[in-house]
Amino acid sequence: MKTICFYFQVHQPFRLKRYRFFDIGHDHYYFDDYSNRTIMRKVAEKCYLPANQLFLDLIHKMNGAFKISYSISGVAIEQFEKYAPDVMDSFKRLADTGCVEFIAETYAHSLAALKSEEEFAAQVKIQTGLVEKHLGMTPVSFRNTELIYSDAIGEMVANMGYKVMLTEGAKHVLGWKSPNFMYCNAINPRLKVLLKNFRLSDDIAFRFSNKAWEEWPLTADKYIDWLNSSDDKEEVINLFMDYETFGEHQWAETGIFDFMKAFPEMALHSGNYKFMTPSEIADTLTPMSAIHVPYPISWADEERDLTAWLGNELQDEAFKKLYDLEEKVKATGNEQIIKEWRMLQTSDHFYYLCTKWFSDGDVHKYFNPYDSPYSAFINYMNVISDFIIRLNKLQK
Amino acid sequence: MKVLMFGWEFPPHITGGLGTACYGLTRALSSLGVEMIFVVPRLFGDENAPFMRLRNASDIEIATDTEEQKLFWEKMQYIEVNSRIIPYLDPELYSRLFENTLLNTEDIKYRIFSKKFSFSGEYGPNLMEEVSRYAVIASAIALQNNFEVIHSHDWLTYPAGIAAKEVSGKPLVIHVHATEFDRSGENINQNVYDIERKGMLAADRIITVSNLTRKIVIEKYGISEDKVFTVYNGVQTGNFSEPDFTRGVSEKIVTFLGRITYQKGPDYFVEAANLVINKDPNVRFVMAGSGDMLTRMIKRVAKLGIADKFHFTGFLKGADVHRMFAISDVYVMPSVSEPFGISPLEAMTANVPVIISKQSGVSEILNHAIKIDFWDIDEMADSIYGLLHYEGLTTMFKKYGRSEVEQLKWDHAAFRVKEIYESLV
Repeated sequence: MKTICFYFQVHQPFRLKRYRFFDIGHDHYYFDDYSNRTIMRKVAEKCYLPANQLFLDLIHKMNGAFKISYSISGVAIEQFEKYAPDVMDSFKRLADTGCVEFIAETYAHSLAALKSEEEFAAQVKIQTGLVEKHLGMTPVSFRNTELIYSDAIGEMVANMGYKVMLTEGAKHVLGWKSPNFMYCNAINPRLKVLLKNFRLSDDIAFRFSNKAWEEWPLTADKYIDWLNSSDDKEEVINLFMDYETFGEHQWAETGIFDFMKAFPEMALHSGNYKFMTPSEIADTLTPMSAIHVPYPISWADEERDLTAWLGNELQDEAFKKLYDLEEKVKATGNEQIIKEWRMLQTSDHFYYLCTKWFSDGDVHKYFNPYDSPYSAFINYMNVISDFIIRLNKLQK
Repeated sequence: MKVLMFGWEFPPHITGGLGTACYGLTRALSSLGVEMIFVVPRLFGDENAPFMRLRNASDIEIATDTEEQKLFWEKMQYIEVNSRIIPYLDPELYSRLFENTLLNTEDIKYRIFSKKFSFSGEYGPNLMEEVSRYAVIASAIALQNNFEVIHSHDWLTYPAGIAAKEVSGKPLVIHVHATEFDRSGENINQNVYDIERKGMLAADRIITVSNLTRKIVIEKYGISEDKVFTVYNGVQTGNFSEPDFTRGVSEKIVTFLGRITYQKGPDYFVEAANLVINKDPNVRFVMAGSGDMLTRMIKRVAKLGIADKFHFTGFLKGADVHRMFAISDVYVMPSVSEPFGISPLEAMTANVPVIISKQSGVSEILNHAIKIDFWDIDEMADSIYGLLHYEGLTTMFKKYGRSEVEQLKWDHAAFRVKEIYESLV
């Protein structure tokens, strides 16, 4: 019997407002409350609330045989507190079923793991604190921002005491290996590693509503046939995706909710599959081997690397300017300053600076508040300039 | 394929983008094997001059030593017509320029749209009559030559195109580099508009230099959209070498370069400059060019009290333009309405980062440029400040801007134009 592992990422950034250079030194509030609130409410109505209800109903219907997992970024939890407490309540109801695992990640959905171990650990602590406060459970599994993983990051995560970490089943890392087994970290084998089956995950997350796709429309029957066609010896199929897939990336009209309603029951009735959460899998399966990932991978784009957030001149300068401040920021001991510095670390700010998709267009413009990476950069640097002025004043 | 083409100007006698565009396009067309009879108006400076003359390669003051150039002139027959139609002329300016000339209006009996043509060596008493006279000459040229398609560039030559079409029965393509709305905003000259619209109605195909212009042709001239096609201009990039010129001031320099007229939005540039200067003392602004709004701009700068940081150079050409780019840190094109807009491409070729208005055709094809609404002076100021202070941005523009411009080749444009010709014969 094979295991299916569903994991959903829940994240909303604190978007910056249009911050002009005239504002530098005058206006110290950087965030766009209006669009953060309206986007949160819109996504809550289209995705979070109906999807949570669907999964809650499924869990009840399957008498505990259907299990799923989430990671919710700290900045998303704070926005639920502010703008959508109803969503937080419905996650609590999911947590109370005992069939849902909530996974640790960074507070700010940040790239801190690439830059500062101290900051990385501090942010994980904040996020798990928020999970404990709202959902009443302490995470034991880990997922880094955008599934970013390397041997070294895995080692840091193992040192923090996590037993399993999720990442991308990137082709260039796996080679001939299959993502449908459990692996372990190459430096510290106590950390188990689960790899996303990107083909089957993306069939749901990206291709589901694409009418040009030869497999459209995707039905639960067809999908189970595909699962059945995997090698008998394989143990686990990891379906990892953005939670916003349900109702937001794929609208309700595409039939995505109907698909998810039908799939678990069919899978269970076939007798070939069971559902487990990451920590249960870590406790049950034996790692196939170590997985070697010397350079960081992620789940983004064809390249499965970091180039969506780092690498061009704009991204590198913004990233460097921000993290150069770490020591100064922490030395102030000023909670507000430290918190805002973290909110500026959210990976989305760097994603807006990416120039890769000048050629291929629209996919990445989704939810991007800027016309171009250039205007995003000017806005971000204006904010950083003001932040530095405040920081320098505090030091005097 | 042979084309009878009515242009305005041709190198080296160039006063604006249209001459450059005609040269780039005809050269690329010739390498695709298209033959051309290129007709341009030119004031001969001699009242007894013949009404037209045929010139061959050796007469044209362009280097003809390369193989490519030789090939070009094999495909090109060049006719100059003695005329007072000079580029970028409007009816008012024409009368100012030529009011002292003795005119014998009695001789001018011909009309553009009637079939009766007669001839005289006299110039028209006003621009409209001169355009008509030019059309008459065009019809004579059309009768004397063989060709398959007629191609007219901008309104001064539309009547010539129409007349040539009437006498020859050959299809007419008109090429819209600018419309009266671009030149004059909403206060259009009705006569010019009427000529433009007649040209568009008579044309079998209309080529616009951007989708922005295509939209104006369809919406403001009421032209059926299925005969209007966008073909973006190309850019001739030579070997640009950094001129040996260093700046005399320590501050960063932000430049506007173009005609100082309503269309180019110089007033928005002045207001944005004021915002930046008030925040950042380490910058100077330069407005290069001349035009009917120049004195207003100088007064405004004086009134704002920023004249020590805001400089006017007057009209620049040739090497001075290159020098200006060499000392610029930012180039701004705040055009209110710009059908295409070649100057930001020249700036990018000189490694100068550019800010361009979204109301320009060129913004439809550029990625490595900051695009703003011409009226949004806050955003313009913010972008200028960003380019002056955040190094990553400038590095990025220098890295990608020039190669982006180098992708915009006349060969692509000529290929599309040839396809349009072929759809007509």
